[in-house]
Amino acid sequence: MACCGPKLSLCGLIISAWGIVQLALMGVFYYIEAVALAEDLPEVHSYETLDDFYSQMTRGYQQNAYNCWIAALLYLITMAISAHQFWLNNRSSLSV
Amino acid sequence: MGSLFRSAEMTLCQLFLQSEAAYACVSELGELGLVQFRDLNPDVNVFQRKFVNEVRRCDEMERKLRYLEKEIKKDGIPMLDTGENPEAPQPREMIDLEATFEKLENELREVNQNAEALKKNFLELTELKQILRKTQVFFDEHEGGTNPTESMTRALISEDAIARQSGPVQLGFSEKHYDPEEYYPCFVAGVILRERIPAFERMLWRACRGNVFLRQAEIETPLEDPSTGDQVYKSVFIIFFQGDQLKTRVKKICEGFRATLYPCPEAPADRREMAMGVMTRIEDLNTVLGQTQDHRHRVLVAAAKNIKNWFVKVRKIKAIYHTLNLFNLDVTQKCLIAECWVPVLDLENIQLALRRGTERSGSSVPPILNRMDTPEDPPTYNHTNKFTSGFQVLYDAYGIASYREMNPTPYTIITFPFLFAVMFGDLGHGSLMTVFAAWMVLKEKPLQAQKSDNEIWNIFFGGRYIILLMGLFSMYTGLIYNDAFGKSLNIFGSSWRVSNYNYNYTQSVTDIMLDPASEDYIGYPYPLGMDPVWQLSKNKIIFQNSFKMKISIILGVTHMLFGVAISFFNHTYFKNRLSIICEFIPQVIFLVALFFYMVILMFIKWTKYYATLTDTPLGPRCAPSVLISFINMVLVKDTPYEAVCETPYMYAGQGGIQMFLLLCAFVCIPWILLAKPIMIMRSRKETSQYSVTHNQLNSATENGDAEQPIHNNTSQPPAAAHGGDGHDEEPMGEIFIHQGIHTIEYVLGSVSHTASYLRLWALSLAHSQLSEVLWSMVLNKGLTVDGWTGGVALYIIFTIWASLTVSILVLMEGLSAFLHTLRLHWVEFCTKFYSGNGYAFQPFSFELILDSASQSKEE
Repeated sequence: MACCGPKLSLCGLIISAWGIVQLALMGVFYYIEAVALAEDLPEVHSYETLDDFYSQMTRGYQQNAYNCWIAALLYLITMAISAHQFWLNNRSSLSV
Repeated sequence: MGSLFRSAEMTLCQLFLQSEAAYACVSELGELGLVQFRDLNPDVNVFQRKFVNEVRRCDEMERKLRYLEKEIKKDGIPMLDTGENPEAPQPREMIDLEATFEKLENELREVNQNAEALKKNFLELTELKQILRKTQVFFDEHEGGTNPTESMTRALISEDAIARQSGPVQLGFSEKHYDPEEYYPCFVAGVILRERIPAFERMLWRACRGNVFLRQAEIETPLEDPSTGDQVYKSVFIIFFQGDQLKTRVKKICEGFRATLYPCPEAPADRREMAMGVMTRIEDLNTVLGQTQDHRHRVLVAAAKNIKNWFVKVRKIKAIYHTLNLFNLDVTQKCLIAECWVPVLDLENIQLALRRGTERSGSSVPPILNRMDTPEDPPTYNHTNKFTSGFQVLYDAYGIASYREMNPTPYTIITFPFLFAVMFGDLGHGSLMTVFAAWMVLKEKPLQAQKSDNEIWNIFFGGRYIILLMGLFSMYTGLIYNDAFGKSLNIFGSSWRVSNYNYNYTQSVTDIMLDPASEDYIGYPYPLGMDPVWQLSKNKIIFQNSFKMKISIILGVTHMLFGVAISFFNHTYFKNRLSIICEFIPQVIFLVALFFYMVILMFIKWTKYYATLTDTPLGPRCAPSVLISFINMVLVKDTPYEAVCETPYMYAGQGGIQMFLLLCAFVCIPWILLAKPIMIMRSRKETSQYSVTHNQLNSATENGDAEQPIHNNTSQPPAAAHGGDGHDEEPMGEIFIHQGIHTIEYVLGSVSHTASYLRLWALSLAHSQLSEVLWSMVLNKGLTVDGWTGGVALYIIFTIWASLTVSILVLMEGLSAFLHTLRLHWVEFCTKFYSGNGYAFQPFSFELILDSASQSKEE
């Protein structure tokens, strides 16, 4: 059943392909705790000692790495749906 | 070899074609597409030309084909486009084609007429059916007679009226014509357009003073109007009245409102019978209609197979006759004479094509191709391929190069994407662009075959190689700027260490500045481009601005010097020594003495001063501002300096050298302004004196033809038409004025153009700032969500960020960077050497003609 038009499904395909590549890479960068991404972490509110701060930061990096991979997975699903829709649209347009 | 850097060498040729062979030869030349014919009878009216009849026949055929195509499109039958390119048919085949098209058109017209008549019939029957059905309701109500109006109507219908109506009832629409006068009906029934009902009702009421009674009901399903094919909504009405006078009046009103009246029997049994009859007739009609449609479909499908082919053939014939119309007939009427521009290198191919044409026509006399001498400027023809054509278009849009002028396209292939990338430096955005362009390049053939009529898409597709290079170069500059979507990549490890920050320091300082004098810098730079740590420092923009501004000026001065250097090749090619001495040399000196010297100062400043050597003459406080040094050099002023530095200069003897350079530059201005006009004036005086004496000499040996130089047009560039020697007819005053304008343009231009290259820095700054802002304002919001919901938030926000990135940063910023690059090439680069006074070579080519024909059709 085709519920997206040809344009929407194509758009979904492109965005999800991009999303998968970029978010997977960003996940890796968070995982290795890249300094450039330090600004893009959940805020650390209160901490007692430096070690506490470091552990919170590390947790933030880990969390964001997983979040990036989750989003990448969601895009994988989006890609599968869009690809299916795209295929359906193509087939129906050919059969007419 | 010369074809890449200059336009192709052209020559004017005279072509003698035998009348029988002319058609075949021109057809071969059209396939080749390398010959531009000149109109030899420009003063002859279009209608008085020789082959006007044939052209008219082709027009007629084209009209028929267009009619066929319209019908095919109406039925939604796919037209087979095999992409094959049939040769132009022989003239005798034209009659066959004409007959085929005539037959097809007539058949189609007949079918269409029949279908229309049948549809009209069908409409009438459907309307009648609806009347019978709807009036049934009226009559039923009337039988019930519950409301007072109904009973009044009943009273109005007299008994004998019903009795008189018992005449024979015919079925079908033909019945409509029978005269109802003799039956004395007291009602009429019909069908009218729904939107006319209110006016119709009012009119009836007023004209008949309220003595008629109208009932109406809407027909739910729309009916098809057979003449226009539109779907229209109609209503059934029935009017009750009394008396003949009223009847005529009602009928006239009905006529006026274009209502169709149908006979409707009074008795229910008759009505039922009639309805049955109508139903059977509708069914019969439906089968006939279906068969007509089938027939039409078959005819169109058969035509659709060939229609593209036919179009190509007819257009080719038409183009050939149009071309033949440009030719001259010679006195004996035995042969046609044509004049044409041809590229010298392709003369062989043209000869071959002509020979093929002669063989095909079976003529024994070969065509004669004669080179001619002409004082006229030949057209400019640049050989391009699919890769260079995009870049060539950029310059053709500015102005077609003069004949044999240096063509800047080959250099632009590198400079254009490079200058673009300086403004658009971002690894991420560059790779998006590259992926898009690479897709277009890889899928070139299928995309080309689609022939989209979307203008914007065609622009992108036409420039696919430009976009690909722009994308690749942006990826490179993005790597150098260390920018990917506004973030830096730390590939080789930063050259900065943060070691001595304690807890309290980090608590108190929110932004960290990078200072190369401190111990944070480990002494050797990051291997490739910018250090990634700049992304997190506060003084990033200050550092990058000074760096990028200097880079822009260095690139700009190099680019302009390169443009001036190209003008040297123009002058040598056109053997214009005067311009080399009086224009090229002072121009180079002016540019080098002022602006290239500034570039050298930048390099000295970069290499000589160290941040660590504070309180010495080589310390950071002593590095003079390049701009201020330059301004003071031009204004001949002293630069103030601190005591520590000992001197305002970067190297020994700088003051003297600067003075010397300034003098050189100022000497150049009168040199450019006056030298050339004065030289021209002098040489004119000499030649006038010389020619007087020469004429006296000549009169003695008037018959000595051998002394005349033999003109070999092709091997000698037409120097006379270009450059300084071309001012022959111009009065001296104008030469002075032109040279004055030229000088002012160059001198002031060098200043403003150098400043203009600062746009490289400005756009690059804007781009990196915008991408950084977009990241921190949009994507950052998704990344800072705490916990596992962050994944979903990121999923949504990434889509928003991605679409904004594409629309604003890649499309809009890309377009603006593209336009600025174009301007830098057109204004700053081209004005140094490009005159652009040529006109384009427009060969007679079937390919071009067919392309433009199919383009104009789609519009």
